[in-house]
Amino acid sequence: MKLVGKSIPRKEGRKKVTGQALYVDDLRFDGMLHGVTVRSSVPRGRIKNISFDQQPAAERIDRSDQPPATAGGTDFIPWDEFTIVTAKDIPGENYVALILNDQPYLAGEIVNHSEEPIVLLAHHDKYLLEEARRHVKIVYEETAAVFSLEDSLAQKEIIWGEDNVFKKFLVNKGNVNEAWAHADFIVEGEYETGAQEQLYIETNGVIATANPSEGVTVWGSMQCPYYVHKALIKLFGLPEEKIRVIQTETGGGFGGKEEYPSLIAGHAALLAWKSGKPVKMIYDRAEDMVATTKRHPSRTQHKTAVTKDGKLLAMEIDFVIDGGAYCTLSPVVLSRGTIHAAGPYSCPNVRIQSKAVATNMPPHGAFRGFGAPQSIFALERHMDKVAKAIGLSPEEFRRRNFIKEGETTATNQVIREHVDLDGLLNRAFELTDYHAKRKRFAEENERGSSPTVRAGVSDARNTPSLTVGLPPRSIALRGIGFATFMHGAGFTGSGEVYLQSVVGAEANAEGQVKVLAASTEIGQGTNTIFAQIAAEALGINYDLIEVAQPDTGNVPNSGPTVASRTTMIVGKLVESAVLGLKQTLVGSGLLKDQFTQADFQKACAEHIAKFGPLKSTSQYQPPPGIRWDDEKYEGDAYGAFAWAVYVAEISYNPLTYEVHVDDFVAVQEIGRVMNPVLAAGQIEGGVAQAIGMALYENVVWEKGRMANGQMTNYIMPTAADVPPIRVFFEENPYAFGPGGAKGIGELPMDGPAPAILNAIENAIGISFNRIPLMPEAMMKSAAV
Amino acid sequence: MRGYVPTYSLISPAKLAEALDVLAQDNGAWKPFAGGTDLMVLLEAGRLPHKNYVNIWNLKELRGIEVTDSQITLGGLTTYTEVQNHPVLQEEFPMLCQAAKETGGIAIQNRGTLGGNIVNASPAADSPPALLAYDAELELVSKAGARRIPYSGFHVGYKQMDIRPDELLRAITLPRQTKGLTHYYRKVGTRKAQAISKVCFAAVAGVKNGEIDHVRMALGSVAPISLRCFKTENAMTGQPLNDQTIAAAKRSLTVEISPIDDIRSTKDYRLQVSLNLLEDFLAHLQ
Amino acid sequence: MPKTEINCSVNGEGKTLNAYPMERLLDVLREQLHLTGTKEGCGEGECGACTVLIDGQIVNSCLVPVAQVEGCDIQTIEGIAVSESQLHAVQQAFIECGGAQCGICTPGMVIAAVSLLEKTPDPTEPEIRNGLAGNLCRCTGYMKIFESVVRACEK
Repeated sequence: MKLVGKSIPRKEGRKKVTGQALYVDDLRFDGMLHGVTVRSSVPRGRIKNISFDQQPAAERIDRSDQPPATAGGTDFIPWDEFTIVTAKDIPGENYVALILNDQPYLAGEIVNHSEEPIVLLAHHDKYLLEEARRHVKIVYEETAAVFSLEDSLAQKEIIWGEDNVFKKFLVNKGNVNEAWAHADFIVEGEYETGAQEQLYIETNGVIATANPSEGVTVWGSMQCPYYVHKALIKLFGLPEEKIRVIQTETGGGFGGKEEYPSLIAGHAALLAWKSGKPVKMIYDRAEDMVATTKRHPSRTQHKTAVTKDGKLLAMEIDFVIDGGAYCTLSPVVLSRGTIHAAGPYSCPNVRIQSKAVATNMPPHGAFRGFGAPQSIFALERHMDKVAKAIGLSPEEFRRRNFIKEGETTATNQVIREHVDLDGLLNRAFELTDYHAKRKRFAEENERGSSPTVRAGVSDARNTPSLTVGLPPRSIALRGIGFATFMHGAGFTGSGEVYLQSVVGAEANAEGQVKVLAASTEIGQGTNTIFAQIAAEALGINYDLIEVAQPDTGNVPNSGPTVASRTTMIVGKLVESAVLGLKQTLVGSGLLKDQFTQADFQKACAEHIAKFGPLKSTSQYQPPPGIRWDDEKYEGDAYGAFAWAVYVAEISYNPLTYEVHVDDFVAVQEIGRVMNPVLAAGQIEGGVAQAIGMALYENVVWEKGRMANGQMTNYIMPTAADVPPIRVFFEENPYAFGPGGAKGIGELPMDGPAPAILNAIENAIGISFNRIPLMPEAMMKSAAV
Repeated sequence: MRGYVPTYSLISPAKLAEALDVLAQDNGAWKPFAGGTDLMVLLEAGRLPHKNYVNIWNLKELRGIEVTDSQITLGGLTTYTEVQNHPVLQEEFPMLCQAAKETGGIAIQNRGTLGGNIVNASPAADSPPALLAYDAELELVSKAGARRIPYSGFHVGYKQMDIRPDELLRAITLPRQTKGLTHYYRKVGTRKAQAISKVCFAAVAGVKNGEIDHVRMALGSVAPISLRCFKTENAMTGQPLNDQTIAAAKRSLTVEISPIDDIRSTKDYRLQVSLNLLEDFLAHLQ
Repeated sequence: MPKTEINCSVNGEGKTLNAYPMERLLDVLREQLHLTGTKEGCGEGECGACTVLIDGQIVNSCLVPVAQVEGCDIQTIEGIAVSESQLHAVQQAFIECGGAQCGICTPGMVIAAVSLLEKTPDPTEPEIRNGLAGNLCRCTGYMKIFESVVRACEK
């Protein structure tokens, strides 16, 4: 019964297509209140006063038809009916327990970013609650704030710690300083990426119940139940068994529900604690966009030494990310971005210096790729720049430097697996007809672009006599470009060892096996993949496997659902946990080594009758030979890398400066493909998000607040915008992944943006180094 | 931050006459509510200050498309979907069909109305430039009677219109005088669907004896109102299609429109793209 | 304005709703009728997660005040399957082709696809793209959704 490698339909697919899947907003509890958050309207300052105001009499309405009738009836907003929570009401510690514990649940005296939570309100009437929220008045004394990583680095104001720096890393390989003298070429470049909203279609939301006797229980949309669990223990000062966190069906995460749910869960729980009633808190889209985390904006500076035969001699990389007002996950985002900054190339001398700095923006957080898309964007644009400077084609320059088995990465990690980036590149070029297109586009673009035919690009207001030749050319210019990259799966460095993840498995007397893990299904296919792995390992039917709903009361901590680790790391634990069941049965003599499904079911029944529950657990063990030095930031950063070559074909409209991606080919080696439909779905979705990151999704900031926090004005790609996304896998089974699989979730976020900008440069000859690349920016450069 | 729903009124008269009676009360106490695709967005954002609405969605008197030899009359409640599906509009007023097709997704097109699009008075609306270029007339009705006005004079300032609180936009009439003209409509909104225009350009013209004839153009998102560009039309009318004319037209358009920077785009971009599209439009006439 | 009675049909059953006239159809379906398959994604008619059919036409239920559905025939995702045991061809195709990932856009997307195929039984790729352009999906990159629609046509 071969299941691995088959496109088994999604476990919960039927529920999802019929509308029966229950997301948190679909749940209702008796006596439930709704909760909302009152947030800071200034980016930085001291809270002077909080008051609960009334509405002008003219706008009051008769609420006598609503239960319970307004007591007394003189005030329109019956504040006495509301549960009101401020920082003073927090029973335990007022911080979101994560890394540095610097982010308060509720600002007490000081606010450090716009939209920072200050007051919580709950009431049973959702409509009245919104009205009340508008009538909480907070007076601030504003202080000077910092809104860019440049200003933070320059210490224009010190807003965090002594120097605005959350975290620094230094990766040092060989001797960069000595290398410059031997270089035939030295090429420098600077690259920037903007914030990006995760834009899961289900906004953040939770329901909480809380009281001193029963403790705190939270149901919600989240990626990491045990993160929330850890945070609530501190917030309430309760023992861990008094906190229970249950993941409900989750409508997308992409990192946006990695750390943020700890905050909203705490808020709902505080309201529940004070009111004694269940409290539901669901953000509307506008609140979710302005208040929750986004991808860290970044700046990367490259200085690269190359020999005349096109070999990399030294790479000096300075990578800075904007962490926002609190540390949250910035150190780990920075870590991944740092380690990926030098890419899949062999270079003897590498120095990467990186920093995560504070600004007075809402904290930036996890988003698919986790720092890597930022630093890989810079590198893959820079590789094209270096190639051009030294007179090689982009592919030839890369081919001369691709990392190979036995060579070392920037952290001196020896690549022990077979890597064939040349082969991936060849296949990608074949699939896209790259060379022929490169030639054809150049000819076509040339034919239509003699100077007199260029579109009107002069600034008409300042130029009295306009340069008007023949009519502007409305024919698109076309280009093709690519990026080559890698993405490490699992936690960085010793992360997996510290996590000590555990997975359990339990069989019942019918031989049905339940997988117990805290890893969440957020659309990526956890339920299906775990069931495939378990069924395959035991040689039983897929339908006999159930994947338990993540509930900290019932499942062990298999770690967070992040870092492309669920299939590769946790999936392996699922495999060993269910094999543990088999071993128990074999050990007790109830099952032979060779068995049928019927044998297995019979053995389960006998075991349970004889010995009671049949359970097994499995804990993470690092693959042999893995070493990592946290001090030097050196060694085996990841157990395995996925490798990829992505090719983008674009057209550029010279009248509107708009770019459209016309075709996209994604070729990758991800070990063994567990489920081709799900795997391709991961890649396609990631590519579409990355196209958004490159060309559409622009967060407009005004004084540290997102000014375009609506889906109407922050525009993600629609069905009409995405190109055909063609996905191809090369398989090279990874010895330590279940069935040979490696992680893939984040990989597709890394390559598209640089591939697209490389294609744009190919089409119009202008080098753009900042994303999102909006038509307004294209116009400025095209008009020069 | 949703508006406080219980404070809003929405009454549903069965007949136009009843609706007009309500609108005539208390000078502006009641406003019409059609497909809701704009007003409900404001309600949800807590930015709908007016509270009392008359639901006109079911008024048959405001529906239907009537065709005569000389004109086509669209009821104010004609939806974008109905616009796109109408054979005469497809044949003679393709820019209007294009605008309807590019406004929101299909769910919006099924609900959004031409009349609503006009009186919502967003300068970024997509159908007004096409209607302006087609020389539309509006029929406004009230208890006191009906009046017909050229659409080109309807928008007088940002969200300011030549319509009284007691009046309803009953219908939009287009003269069937587009045969032989070149129609040029471009919506520029960065993404291909569900976009809000950064620039919306609609123009028609013919060429007679080498000279530009019957030119009418209008732009959206580049001024406080959807703007019929009379001055630029004058700069082109009767002129030969040559470099001088193109230059003169561009000079004229540069001063006629007044784009601004906002969260969606920049003044410079809107101006430059408008000029590019003007030039491209003229290129299409050749 | 106080709550009023609104009579309509939902998934073939007559219903009397009691609601403020300006309440969103979306909220009334979810909270009064407990038809939670219709989702809210944006509240501004942009994402299509709240798509339902009114008199056979797709609409964003977040933009419809409930007073406007008096006398209307409403169909939600709960009424799309042929029967308890038999899914609509579009639903079946979404399962087979991977058209649903996180599932939150899926009910709206399924309804948009069902409506598209009713109007255009054998759509071209541009017709599929246009038909679904009002429904945003953040997970799939739309490819598997397009495949699902094509597969549903074949059935």
